[in-house]
Amino acid sequence: MSMTQEPTIPLFEEVVNGWNKLSLSDGTKKESSDLRRARQSAFDKFRELGFPSIRNEEWKYTNLARFLRDEFTIEGWEVPGKAVVPDAGLEKKAGIALLDCYKVVLVNGSWDGRIGGGTLPKGLQLLKVAEARQDPALSAYFEKQAAWGNQHFANLNAALFADGLFIRVDAGVTVDKPIHVIHVYTSESNLLVQPRNVWVVNRNAELSVIESVVSGGAAKIWVNGLTEILVHQDARLHHTMIQTAGAGVRLVQQTTVHQHRQSLYNNFTITLPGADLVRNDLQARLEEEHTESHLYGLYLAAGNQLVDNHTLVDHQKPNCLSNELYKGVLLEQSTGVFNGKVYVHKDAQKTNAFQQNNNLVISKKATIDSKPQLEIFADDVKCSHGSTVGQFSEEALFYLRARGIGEESAKSLLINAFAFDVTEKIRIPEVEAHVNELISLHIPVNHA
Amino acid sequence: MLTIKNLHAEVEEKQILKGINLSVNAGEVHAIMGPNGSGKSSLASVLAGRENYHVTQGEVIFNGQNLLDMSPEVRAREGVFLAFQYPIEIPGVSNINFLKTALSEIRTHKNLPPLDAKEFLRMSREKQKLVEFDAQLVNRSLNEGFSGGEKKRNEIFQLAMLEPALSILDETDSGLDIDALRIVSKGVNKLRSENNAFIIITHYQRLLEYIVPDFVHVLYDGKIVKSGTKELALELEEKGYDWLKEDSREKATTI
Repeated sequence: MSMTQEPTIPLFEEVVNGWNKLSLSDGTKKESSDLRRARQSAFDKFRELGFPSIRNEEWKYTNLARFLRDEFTIEGWEVPGKAVVPDAGLEKKAGIALLDCYKVVLVNGSWDGRIGGGTLPKGLQLLKVAEARQDPALSAYFEKQAAWGNQHFANLNAALFADGLFIRVDAGVTVDKPIHVIHVYTSESNLLVQPRNVWVVNRNAELSVIESVVSGGAAKIWVNGLTEILVHQDARLHHTMIQTAGAGVRLVQQTTVHQHRQSLYNNFTITLPGADLVRNDLQARLEEEHTESHLYGLYLAAGNQLVDNHTLVDHQKPNCLSNELYKGVLLEQSTGVFNGKVYVHKDAQKTNAFQQNNNLVISKKATIDSKPQLEIFADDVKCSHGSTVGQFSEEALFYLRARGIGEESAKSLLINAFAFDVTEKIRIPEVEAHVNELISLHIPVNHA
Repeated sequence: MLTIKNLHAEVEEKQILKGINLSVNAGEVHAIMGPNGSGKSSLASVLAGRENYHVTQGEVIFNGQNLLDMSPEVRAREGVFLAFQYPIEIPGVSNINFLKTALSEIRTHKNLPPLDAKEFLRMSREKQKLVEFDAQLVNRSLNEGFSGGEKKRNEIFQLAMLEPALSILDETDSGLDIDALRIVSKGVNKLRSENNAFIIITHYQRLLEYIVPDFVHVLYDGKIVKSGTKELALELEEKGYDWLKEDSREKATTI
C-alpha cells in the first residue's frame, strides 16, 4: 500500500539514493559490523514504513504532506560536518545572558570540538558522534537491532546518522555547571540533517544540559534529530530544550530516555514561534523501580506554524512517579497538537502518574488538538490527567487595563503569567529569565 | 473635574442607569449610597469603561474631555482609578512588575520621563508605609492567595502609587474587619488633597465615619434620588432604605 505513495515524495527518493551512496562510500567502513547491521535493519524498516501519513494514529493531527513537497538534499557523507561557517549572530541569538556554563556549538549537527566556558571537569566527556560510532568501546550505544519499532523518523535517523554529540558523565560526578548545547542550522540549499546524540549519566552522577535550536540561511532545512539518554541508578539529569528555529525549518526531534533505579529526569521543552513544523517525540522509559520524571512543556505557536508534542511515559516497573505539565499558547493561524500517552504496565503497581495540558487559544483561526491517552494495566495506581482549552480571562484583562496597561501589554503579561507554571520550574534563574524574555519577544503585536 | 449628565446605561439589554446627574470637583469626596441593585457598582463600571456596559444616553466629561470615548487604559492614564469590589487574582504576574508596567505606561501617556529602578523602589517603599501595606505582599503574584482585607489594601496601595485625579472606591469596605477598615480609611485620608477627588460607593454608613464625605448621594433604581451632606448618611443609617422605595412609588403614582 505504501509503495504506491512514497515514490512521489522527493525526500523519500533522496533518502534511498543516500542509502545507496552510503553503502558505496567509506562513511561507515570503520564501524562495527553490528552497527552496520543495525543501520541496515533500520533502513529496511524505514523503507517499509515510508513517511507517516494522517492514517497513522500517531500522526493523525499532523499532516506532513505540505512539508514533504519540497526537495531536500541529504547531508554530505564523505566529509560529515564539513566546515559550514554560520553567521555569528545565530550563536549569539541562542546565548543565555549571565549563564555560567560550558558551551558547545553544533553546526548542522556537527561539532568542531571547541568548548567555551572553561576546561571540562574530570569525569565529564564530550565527543563527536562521528568518532564515537567508530570507537569499539562506545559502538554498543548505537548497535541495538530493531531498537526503533515502527517509528518512521527514528528508523531513518538510525540508518543514516553521521554525527552529533556524545556526552558521558562518570559515576558519582556532579558536573559543576550546565552544558549549553547550541544547535545551529544553516544552509543555502534545501538540506536534510540527522543529528544523533547519545548522553550517558552514570550511577549517582548529575548533569544539566540546555539545548538551544536556532537557524539561518534562505533554504529549507529538515532536521530529523534523535537523542538517546541513559540515566543510570541514582543519577540526575536536568534537560532543557529551547526551540527558536526560524521559518523554513521542519524540526522533528525524538528524545528517548531510559531511566534506571532511583534516577531523576527533568525535561523542559520550550517551543517558540518560527519553524514551520515542530514535532517533538519525548519518551521516558521507566525501566526500573523508584524513578522520578518531570516533563514540562511550553509551546507558543504563531503564523502558520504546526507544533506537535507527543510524549510517552512508559511505566514498566512499580513505585515510579511521573509528572507532566504542558502549556500551550496558540496565536494567529497556528496549530497545536498535544498527545500525552501514559502507559502503565501490569507490573507497575504503586505508580503515580499525573498529566495536565492547558491551552490558551488567542486567535479565532488557531486550533489545538489535545489528547491525553492513559493506558493502565496495573490495579493499584494513582493516575490523573486533565486537558483544558480557554481564552483570555476578560476580568483579568479589564483589571490590568483599568490600571493604565494597554491591551497588548496586558495580553503579553497574561501570556507570561500563563506560562509561569512551567517557567518557574526551571530552576536556573538565568534560563528562566531567558525563556521569559523569549516569550515576550515572540508575542506578536497584533494577535487577530 | 467630573460632570455626569443624564447618564443611561444598560447591561445585557437591561436598563440599569436611568439618568444620573453628578458633578465632582477637585478636593471633594462624594459618597454614593443605596440599596443592593440600585446601580452603584454599575456606575463605577461605566466610569471605568467595563465593556459589557453600554451607554445609551447622556455624557460624562472628565477634565474637559469625553470620558466615554476613551478605552479603559486611556481613562486610567488620564487619571481615573477604580478600586475594585472584587480585585482579580492573577497568578504569575508579580504585584511589583504589574505596578511598574502600569506606572510606566501612565508616565509615557503624560509625557513624563520613565522612573529609574531606584526611584521606583523608593516610591514603592514610601507608599507601602503610607498605606501600611506588607512589603512581602508587594513581591508576590498579584492578589494570589491574599485575604479579602489584603486585596482591598492592595487596591489602596495601587491608588497611592498611581496617584489618580479621580478615585472611585467600589464597596471597598465590604468584607473588611474593623482593623482593615481603619487602615484602608487612614490611607485614603492621607491621599486626599486639593487636587484629587474621590467617589466612595458603599452600602453602609460605617466607612463614612472614617472617610468623611463632603456630599452624600442616594442612588435608587438607576437614579440619584436624594443628595445632601454627611448628615444624610446618618439619616440613612437610622431609617434604612425602605422609605426611599415608598417615596419613589409615591412619586410614580403622582406623575
